[in-house]
Amino acid sequence: MTIDWSWIGDHTYDLTTLTVSHLQAALSAVLFGVLISLALAVVAHRIRPLRGFLLGISNVLFTIPSIAIFVLLLPVSGLTRTTTVIGLTVYTLVVLLRNTVEGLDSVPAKTREAAKAMGTRPLRTLLTVEFPLALPVIMAGVRIATVMSISLVSVATYIGDGGLGQLFTDGFQRNFPTPVIAGVVLTILLAVVADAALVAVQYVLTPWRRRRA
Amino acid sequence: MIQFDAVHKRFPNGTTAVHDLTLDMAEGGVTVLVGSSGCGKTTTLRMINRMVEPTSGTIRVGGKDVTRQDAAELRRSIGYVIQQAGLFPHRTVLDNIATVPLLLGHGRRKSRARAAELLETVGLSAEAGKRYPHQLSGGQQQRVGVARALAADPPVLLMDEPFGAVDPVVRAQLQDELIRLQQELSKTIVFVTHDIDEAVRLGDRIAIFRTGGHLVQCAAPTELLARPADDFVADFLGAERGLKLLSLKTLAAVPQGPAPEGGPWALVLDAANKPLHWASGDAELPVRPLRDDDSLLSALNESIASPTGLIARVDADGVLTGVSSRDDIHHHAGQAHTEARVAA
Repeated sequence: MTIDWSWIGDHTYDLTTLTVSHLQAALSAVLFGVLISLALAVVAHRIRPLRGFLLGISNVLFTIPSIAIFVLLLPVSGLTRTTTVIGLTVYTLVVLLRNTVEGLDSVPAKTREAAKAMGTRPLRTLLTVEFPLALPVIMAGVRIATVMSISLVSVATYIGDGGLGQLFTDGFQRNFPTPVIAGVVLTILLAVVADAALVAVQYVLTPWRRRRA
Repeated sequence: MIQFDAVHKRFPNGTTAVHDLTLDMAEGGVTVLVGSSGCGKTTTLRMINRMVEPTSGTIRVGGKDVTRQDAAELRRSIGYVIQQAGLFPHRTVLDNIATVPLLLGHGRRKSRARAAELLETVGLSAEAGKRYPHQLSGGQQQRVGVARALAADPPVLLMDEPFGAVDPVVRAQLQDELIRLQQELSKTIVFVTHDIDEAVRLGDRIAIFRTGGHLVQCAAPTELLARPADDFVADFLGAERGLKLLSLKTLAAVPQGPAPEGGPWALVLDAANKPLHWASGDAELPVRPLRDDDSLLSALNESIASPTGLIARVDADGVLTGVSSRDDIHHHAGQAHTEARVAA
């Protein structure tokens, strides 16, 4: 397997476009996943009986094969980016929802109690006390969901999307390994960079967890 | 200032936490609620800021029925200190203290300035303000908890076993600090503890609760120790309640005379006439000089420890003013008891 460097040189624009598109799909899914999870996790956390139900649903959704999900969505949103993002979002929920609920659980009862006793109303407590304290656990889920989404985007090649995944079909059809290798390397690179960026974001957002020198 | 009128609290599981409580807590005074666990003392405290709602009866703070006020606004107007401080781990010490002023909409700058002021009030350095709670010792955290409760200058302070989780030495320091603060601020304080010594030390009035949420006796510490209402209270106060009473009386009235010359033990002074130790030949025993505002209990204790039965009395600067004998101390201790029992 040799790499045709001239092909790479000729296709830098395409590779860049595909990388950006790939990242966009994955990050949109994580973003929507986080928003949906935050809302559902608050419900699951406050109303105990709903907890098992919601977590169960997110598990069941996760077991649907990825290609099947895109096919099932076709009548709704067609061969579009929307279909890709919806599909990926569904998969992020299994980690994001569970971690967000666990994150909220990890907030010490004493702290929640103190917020209430100081006269903090429930919404403000949620936004300024519970979410920040749940952040480390939530972020652990976000990191997994991000890496998972970046690797899953390629599957959407079947519906004409798929970002860097298009390089795999291209290389496979022409029996030409260079695009495949480029696609794999770029996907891994994206995942590593995204993960590092999230670690940095978490560092900035949780100053209280830094150890002092 | 705080009035309980026929207050009843039954929890959904059927247990009665507070039974028909009628109690007035005076403005500017420290009311300590004591009793063993499950006696309803904490529930009583928590009903004041509506962390628990009464089943029946009314609670008024400053004449206003608490259940007719917005719960969050009521809580902002009442300081609250809990065990292990309950600080927000993700906020700096300064921002923790600024919590209530911020909720009241005082703005970040003004709230932080107020918080910085309070750091000093509770005896913490300005540098501590930049730290996070987990970087402080338990005692320091507890001080921050007190500062946070004081931030909006509330007239009422609720303290739920605030010093329960720190070691005895730090606890004594925190108690001293609270006494000093209270002399300055004259808040209406409701203090929950299961430690009767803490109650005697801090309380202007002590309310003793029995399991089932019954208030057994509410009285000033001296009265309580001199005349417990029944065997339950007497047992709760413990066998040494006579000595505890002495901890509330000062040494001031005990007569003193010049240090005796001769005898096997001599009191050695330094150049400034401050007592150093007792000496007999080569042997030395430590001396703990006492001031007029020290308690009769510590005087009794020191007179037993002293090789001559004499205690060294000093002025505010530590200069010897005279000595008092074991007999005189004992006599005054007995007299203090009789007086308290007759007066009560």
